[in-house]
Amino acid sequence: MNLATIQQREIIVIRVMDDRIDAASAIQFKERMREITSTPSERVVLDMSNVGFLDSSGLGAVVAVMKALGPIRRLEISGLTTTVEKVFRLTRMDSVFIIHKSLPEGLRHAG
Amino acid sequence: MPADTPVGGAGSAALGNRAHFVIQATLPDVRDGLRDVMSCALVQDLTEDCFGTTQLVLAEALNNVVEHAYASYPGQIEVDVQRDPLHLRFHITDTGLPMPGAEPPYGELPEAGEFDDLPEGGFGWFLIRTLVEDLSYRREAGQNLLTFGVSVNNQV
Repeated sequence: MNLATIQQREIIVIRVMDDRIDAASAIQFKERMREITSTPSERVVLDMSNVGFLDSSGLGAVVAVMKALGPIRRLEISGLTTTVEKVFRLTRMDSVFIIHKSLPEGLRHAG
Repeated sequence: MPADTPVGGAGSAALGNRAHFVIQATLPDVRDGLRDVMSCALVQDLTEDCFGTTQLVLAEALNNVVEHAYASYPGQIEVDVQRDPLHLRFHITDTGLPMPGAEPPYGELPEAGEFDDLPEGGFGWFLIRTLVEDLSYRREAGQNLLTFGVSVNNQV
């Protein structure tokens, strides 16, 4: 699981470099996210624009990461691709996450 | 292409409107097997939406076999794909443990609940049941046989 990180001011942006978060990589994804987000920051943004495929295990891992960060330092997600967006929508997890269409201006060169 | 040209890489065979794949029952092998199935000629004309749906339901079905049927011993999974103009039909067989209650889980969407209680699993059968047609399961001669269809014009 290859994750690229950039910290700008109070925001950590983590870009998933793999094209999928699936049952084979879900545990590793959670572990790498825990390591990266142990660095303090006000906000954590997960850039999923490279991720073309997310299965239910991958979705569960993203939910677990959000819960581990807590309700204050709430995980933000950016760049859902068509198929991944559908998984969030069907499971109604789109109403639980803060989802940005794309990275906020000034953060687009992360990774 | 000629009808007898094999498609889909190692462990696969295709004839006309059918293709057959044998996948070892581990999560990394399922990932590779999924790539093989989704590279085969039978799914190359699907819309992006339908391609994504097909890959998703097949992944969920195969991961379930690895994590439940073969939870305590190794094995392999056979995937047979049939195509007609409007449907893909999947037959998935394994020699793992039978499904509890001899039927696929109902697959209710887990309750979202409070922040700390947000579900981290239990979405798999919900997604399968939401996205497939004609789901059936039977246990026969020590084998599990799961079949379902995906409409190739799926716009859910």
